[in-house]
Amino acid sequence: MNSWIDLHALWKIVVIGILAGAGLPVLFAVGLRALSAAPRLATVGDRPVTDDRLYGGNPAGLTVAVVCFAVVLAAIGWGIYSIVSSS
Amino acid sequence: MNNDFILVLVVMTALSFDFTNGFHDTGNAMATSIATGALPPRIAVALSGVLNLVGAFLSFTVAATIASGLVDSSIVTLTVVFAGLVGGILWNLATWYLGIPSSSSHALIGGVIGATLAASGGHAVLWHGLAQKVIIPALLSPIIAGGIAALGTYLVYRTTRTIGTRARSHGFRIGQIGSASMVSLAHGTNDAQKTMGVITLALIAHGTLSSGAKAPYWVIVSCALAISLGTYIGGWRVIRTLGKGLVDIESPQGMAAESSSAATILLASHFGYSLSTTHVATGSILGSGVGRRGAEVRWSVAGRMATAWVITLPASGAVGALAYYAANGIGGTAGVVIIFAVLIAVAAGFYAASRKTKVDHKNVNAEWTGSVAPSEAGWAAVAAA
Repeated sequence: MNSWIDLHALWKIVVIGILAGAGLPVLFAVGLRALSAAPRLATVGDRPVTDDRLYGGNPAGLTVAVVCFAVVLAAIGWGIYSIVSSS
Repeated sequence: MNNDFILVLVVMTALSFDFTNGFHDTGNAMATSIATGALPPRIAVALSGVLNLVGAFLSFTVAATIASGLVDSSIVTLTVVFAGLVGGILWNLATWYLGIPSSSSHALIGGVIGATLAASGGHAVLWHGLAQKVIIPALLSPIIAGGIAALGTYLVYRTTRTIGTRARSHGFRIGQIGSASMVSLAHGTNDAQKTMGVITLALIAHGTLSSGAKAPYWVIVSCALAISLGTYIGGWRVIRTLGKGLVDIESPQGMAAESSSAATILLASHFGYSLSTTHVATGSILGSGVGRRGAEVRWSVAGRMATAWVITLPASGAVGALAYYAANGIGGTAGVVIIFAVLIAVAAGFYAASRKTKVDHKNVNAEWTGSVAPSEAGWAAVAAA
């Protein structure tokens, strides 16, 4: 089996693939969720009210969102860097 | 010298293949973004074209892998390379006409192997290398990409449950632009290299370059331009199948699918596997359909595609072998010239036939009615919009 499939490479592709290919969209989603959170005062029960706008007005949410998006962009930058450096 | 003329024809044929590779694969990066409205169709293909151009220059690991790991490169002649390209181009045109996303890489590899078999028989093909570097990755990569996309889609929908639908669509459309761009970039670094490798191989066979030489700059530039122009022309038929025919796709799914594709392609090529971007992209789109509860996946379309994939290597191989027999049979320069003329005639035929059931940027997003060209009702809906 080993001469047909490089299991070491396969393992790395799957793991890093999941982290980057699924992890980055999830991080982006977390950022969006934080971004759309309404200011603390507007709650119904224990859930913040959102009114279907992208930016909900919560400054803490905005901060979290910016951090998330920055990490996503950094990961993309690192991805491009590794294309160029493995040439 | 006669050989110089054949070389010129081979280079022209190789660039033509690169061009068909471009428009065949535009959908891999952009179909989901066009289907969800993240990008207007013409801007999407223009962006993809530019990024393919940039990507082609980013990495200079020239894949003579196309021939070095698959066939015995000491027996390759210009006519073999030419016939292989003819096989690849004709298969690309046929699948494009039918709107089937199929692998241009496999079409090229199949054509070259078919031509090699015709020229020198089975001992000239490195079957183990073919299995290890082409066939097994072709089977595994869509499954891996699909799995990652399914996981990503599921998690993304769970995470964004509290966001309003409109806001979520808007946010992920922006995200799609980023992920689709990454796939275009990855495609440029990957696929343009293959044609550069083939032209380099032809130059080596011709004697201009010594074995193991790197691609000259004019080869890099011309291949980059060819693939980016082809991308810009936009294989609308294939885009339509990927964006509308497989899964009715929303923007979170689109972003998850494209991210999975980009990650899989970049990682695999880092480890030396030259993947089919088409197989990966399609696997991701299917995976994103599985990942969202209530999403419709048209498995019949997927099944048709899988069939096309399985027969790509043998079919393009058969055409490549035929092309070799014909060109070699007629002999010398005349053989190559005549087959080149036949190639142009057949290509013109496909193009003329495609105009009868035209798919372009205006109707690429029409409702899917079972075939790649929209039906009368589909056209009416487009006209009314």
